[in-house]
Amino acid sequence: MELKTQTEKNGTQMSEKNSTTPSSLSDVAAKRAETKVAGSAPLGTGLEARGVHAWFDKHHALADVSLDFSAGTVTALIGPSGCGKSTFIRTLNRMHEFIPNTSMAGQVLLDGKDIYEPGIDVTKIRLQIGMVFQKPNPFPSMTIGENVLSGLKLAQLKVSNQEELLEECLVRAGLWNEVKDRLGAHAGGLSGGQQQRLCIARALAVKPKVLLMDEPCSALDPGSTLRIEETISQLSKSMTIVIVTHNMQQAARVSDYTAFFLSDGGPGQMIEVGPTNEIFSRPRDERTENYVTGRFG
Amino acid sequence: MSLDAPAKPIPQAREITTKPRVSDQIFRSIVTAFSFSALIILALIALFLFIQGFSTLKEQGLGFITNFEWSVTTDEAGKEIADFGLQAMLIGTMVTSFIALFIAVPLAVLTALFLTFYAPERVKKVLVTVVDLMAAFPSILYGLWGLFILMPMAVYWAELLHKWLGWIPLFDVPQPIFTRSPFIAGLVLAVMIIPIITSVSREVFAQTPLDRVQAAYALGATKWGVIKAVVLPFGANGVVGGSMLGLGRAFGETVAVYFVLNIVFRTNFEILFTQGGNVASMIVLKFGEAGETEIGALMASGLVLFLLTLIVNFIANAVVNRTVKSGR
Repeated sequence: MELKTQTEKNGTQMSEKNSTTPSSLSDVAAKRAETKVAGSAPLGTGLEARGVHAWFDKHHALADVSLDFSAGTVTALIGPSGCGKSTFIRTLNRMHEFIPNTSMAGQVLLDGKDIYEPGIDVTKIRLQIGMVFQKPNPFPSMTIGENVLSGLKLAQLKVSNQEELLEECLVRAGLWNEVKDRLGAHAGGLSGGQQQRLCIARALAVKPKVLLMDEPCSALDPGSTLRIEETISQLSKSMTIVIVTHNMQQAARVSDYTAFFLSDGGPGQMIEVGPTNEIFSRPRDERTENYVTGRFG
Repeated sequence: MSLDAPAKPIPQAREITTKPRVSDQIFRSIVTAFSFSALIILALIALFLFIQGFSTLKEQGLGFITNFEWSVTTDEAGKEIADFGLQAMLIGTMVTSFIALFIAVPLAVLTALFLTFYAPERVKKVLVTVVDLMAAFPSILYGLWGLFILMPMAVYWAELLHKWLGWIPLFDVPQPIFTRSPFIAGLVLAVMIIPIITSVSREVFAQTPLDRVQAAYALGATKWGVIKAVVLPFGANGVVGGSMLGLGRAFGETVAVYFVLNIVFRTNFEILFTQGGNVASMIVLKFGEAGETEIGALMASGLVLFLLTLIVNFIANAVVNRTVKSGR
């Protein structure tokens, strides 16, 4: 009930899709494809993974994934638990290496440059490839405003008009109206969904080209999920987004492309990638079809 | 539910009880007994000190804390005149302990940060063992080391401090004698309390929530940036707690201070000068040749030290509780 009233109020493209109560995933994806010209940006200007493998200690978790995320598109990574999709997304901004004894092979290219190249400044890479995590993780010792601008401080970036940027980021993350009167309050007082949008605003403040989202809605209620999805749709006009999700409805609602990952007991592999409406309406691989039709997973 | 339905009576709240098994009850009573025994022993010690020192406390009143004379003389009639005042010793205890904290806390926090975030696994193991060993090292050895090895060097540092910062009253001296000063006692105490502060800090730093650390890294933070923005705010109360444990140890330290401090019953804030006070060391110093009256006074001193430590810990708890709210 709450969902409906919210979408009606907002009247964005989301409401068009939801008002018809789509019967299947492929319908949802088709609607999405109609409203947005998928992949309008030229290929190869965004982020590109080439033959990426990942290991935890000696456990081979991910094998030979090549994916192209062209600028201005939303790509959803779907698949059952343990298929390596979270591992994969974490190789894209070099968060994978924070877990001790991990390794990777292959290349990740940002604007044609390998981010794993020796001598590269990894903090600069992470400024260009932002990340939103599964669990909202604002800095509890900082206020809402400080949280949004914390990336600037951490990366020692100078910005002439901080207040403008603060408002812009919160507006883009869809949080401005809810917090504009209490920017000085501690972030811990926000609801889970608000905290997650605060984390998105925080990621936006350093102006990344790519935003990685690792199951950003899995800890949230449906209402908050919807707000985040609206935010993603808004953001996708200006940046490249990669989102890991367990929720196929969500993949169908927000993404232009979908990649299906699967592990057959061995390392996780990418089985199939394509425009989202094709993946959900006529997948080429039988395993993809079994998964998207809910026969397993 | 229709409106005309008869109202259901609201039942009485039920009393919910659980009857534990016999084995559970036995274990429970053992655990309870042992945990209270610590409290009882502590209370008995305080009571013992109070009884022994009661006559002194009664005689000297508040002057026992505010005066700084310490003498037992006999007048012509053969009557004992006792004057006991702890002011110099109490202030001396705090001066040396705070010097120790001032030096030890930054060193310990940096050590803990290194051990948690920078040290390679092998180096970390060795260093943690060494630091923990430092805590178990007998304090008399610290005293001897302080007297014979540290002091000659520390005197030189004290001279430098006096030369360049002598215009600050704290670093002034009435005469250029720099041995056995509160400064040197503070240095020895600092070395002694570094291990405890380090290991408590290390524990809390290691508990920093990984998601916050990753959030900072994902925003393009450097390692130092992560430490400043996430680790230190999270660990602040742990550092305060560890420091208070260290302060407690510094307050009560006896033998090591006895070796490196010239105990004089005069309140002295000139920390480089060879004159200082420390309640615990004073008790050792006086105990050997004390008569009955003076022993009572020494017991009372012990009680005062006990209370001082209690108060400091109480304040520390309050500080920690306040930082918990803002830090986590």
